[in-house]
Amino acid sequence: MAETGDPVLRITGLNKSFGAVHVLHNVDFTVRLGEVMALVGDNGAGKSTLIKCIAGIHPTDSGQIEFEGRPVTIDGPRAASELGIEVVYQDLALADNLDIVQNMFLGRERRKGLVLDEPSMEEAARETLARLSVRTVKSVRQQVASLSGGQRQTVAIAKAALWESKVVILDEPTAALGVAQTRQVLDLVRRLADTGHAVVLISHNMNDVFEVADRITALYLGRVAADVARTEVTHGQVVELITAGRSGDLGLAPQTAAESI
Amino acid sequence: MSTDIPEGKETALKLADSDFATDRREHDVKSAVLDYWNRLKAGELGALPALIGLASLFVLFTFLKPDTFLSTGNIANLSTQALPITILAMGLVFVLLVGEIDLSAGVASGLCAALMAKLLVEGGQPWYVAVISAIAAGIIIGTAIGWLVAILRIPSFVVSLAFFLGLQGITLWLIGEGGTVPVRDEVIVALATRNMPIWLGWTLAVACAVGYTATQLLRWQRQHARHLHSKPIELVLIQCGVVAAVLLGATYVLSLDRAASPLIELAGIPWGVPLVGTLLIVCTFILGRTSFGRHIYAVGGNAEAARRAGINVVRIRISVFMIGSGLAAISGILAASRLNSVAVSAGAGNTLLYAVGAAVIGGTSLFGGRGKARDAVFGGLVIATIENGLGLLGTKAYLSFLITGVVLLLAASMDALARRRRSNVGR
Repeated sequence: MAETGDPVLRITGLNKSFGAVHVLHNVDFTVRLGEVMALVGDNGAGKSTLIKCIAGIHPTDSGQIEFEGRPVTIDGPRAASELGIEVVYQDLALADNLDIVQNMFLGRERRKGLVLDEPSMEEAARETLARLSVRTVKSVRQQVASLSGGQRQTVAIAKAALWESKVVILDEPTAALGVAQTRQVLDLVRRLADTGHAVVLISHNMNDVFEVADRITALYLGRVAADVARTEVTHGQVVELITAGRSGDLGLAPQTAAESI
Repeated sequence: MSTDIPEGKETALKLADSDFATDRREHDVKSAVLDYWNRLKAGELGALPALIGLASLFVLFTFLKPDTFLSTGNIANLSTQALPITILAMGLVFVLLVGEIDLSAGVASGLCAALMAKLLVEGGQPWYVAVISAIAAGIIIGTAIGWLVAILRIPSFVVSLAFFLGLQGITLWLIGEGGTVPVRDEVIVALATRNMPIWLGWTLAVACAVGYTATQLLRWQRQHARHLHSKPIELVLIQCGVVAAVLLGATYVLSLDRAASPLIELAGIPWGVPLVGTLLIVCTFILGRTSFGRHIYAVGGNAEAARRAGINVVRIRISVFMIGSGLAAISGILAASRLNSVAVSAGAGNTLLYAVGAAVIGGTSLFGGRGKARDAVFGGLVIATIENGLGLLGTKAYLSFLITGVVLLLAASMDALARRRRSNVGR
């Protein structure tokens, strides 16, 4: 059994180009169980590309991916979810006309023979929501259409946690939310890590990052500028890492940072 | 939801505890009724408009034609009139659920009926060969449409409009200019024009009522035992009571002697009614209880979400067109049985619009993702009642067209308004 703090996903020397554009340069990236890793960077820094490589949407050019110590190749979304990597995309992949249970089990319904096993799905969904201390929904048999933005995000995250998943990747989960709802989602992100998942949080919001993250990886024009513990850096340093690729002793060598432009 | 901004984590947790009701599993009657009312206000109308419409049409036509409209003969006539529309609409429910449309379903039903009639009359085939060939032809047509829509991604509106014209051409070629093919096969003709023995009608009605009640009670008992979300038992019992009353009441009316002359006896449920009943049960089961049905709803609700969840969206899209045209073929067979013949114009004209109207009036959304198999039955009855009542009143053809058009538009506006309401309430 994997312990908290063990690296579950380790990426070394990842390169990815789209045609002539070299998007990711020798990226090293590690996420550990029980830890929230924030992935920050300006628009076009390569955050989404990196996530899509991990999720099996983009093939990689070179580099190694290790999952729980074994080298693996992720050649499609299905391979990623079989390993236990779940991605919660920014535009939530929920069907409005289905209820919470139906959404959480979408595409992976439990069946008894030909018939859907609704009782067992409802119980499992409720259990997962309880484990994550989600109290914000009135009924698990409520249609997603009637939920607020924060509640939808909650359902999408709980859906990812339902599947014995080890790595949960959240793409800007609080981008469209109000203050109170952001609060709920951040609490949920923390609980997700505390219940033994490795969480990758992509965010532009420094407050969110400093609130829940254990470690921070800053990308600058396709290179990893820094991979630091949250306690070792200040807001200002992270902002500098994002905008200039370096901050004092941290970050890329001045030459590398300059030539990347 | 509170609009207060929490200051820290503890406040937030308290807020989460106090401000949101915890997951409610069981309802009492009051909370269930309140929930229903809230859903209505939020634009989840379901079958309510169809039921209100049906009731008011009955009152209206009874008032206008007190002697004829509620006569047993006319009620029986009404039920056979509704059969082809209902089956066609049931197929369209599947297509509408994924957010597509099949404008060719009407003429597909005509073509399949023509094929069946040709096989019976000129091919000398037994009825079952003719029927199976007709349904197979329907499924082939549906596959072709589905393939063009799902793989080439041509809008279904255009594909099915092309088929609407093309299939009429094939029917014309099969039957010949201006001709009709008579249908005299005993079994086929019996579907819409002969009645079941009285005892069989009662047996089936009682069996259905008992079966329905048993299923509902068993489900409630299972949900209750495992502390799952369930309706209050009082409402389940009322629901079962209403269904049983409707089934037995209809059986009683249809079992009365409705012959115009006292010398002969004409009574019993038309054979087509149990056929629609069976299709209703099968379709309801597929849509509500199987993962295939769940995936149809998912594709209609959010195709991208369905794709990311690993659902084969292309396969679902093609299969709903296959089901739609397959049911259209059965509808064509029933229409042929009712008229004892297949004409060149079978399934053309307003057949398709009646069926789309039936599905939408019943509560199926034109925007996809919402609808049930039973919508076709409720909506089919509404449309058949309008057609029947206007016929009794001797309304001029131009007025019938106008009225039916207005009704269809009314149903579509209600659908659109309900949808707007839903998007206002959500988020």
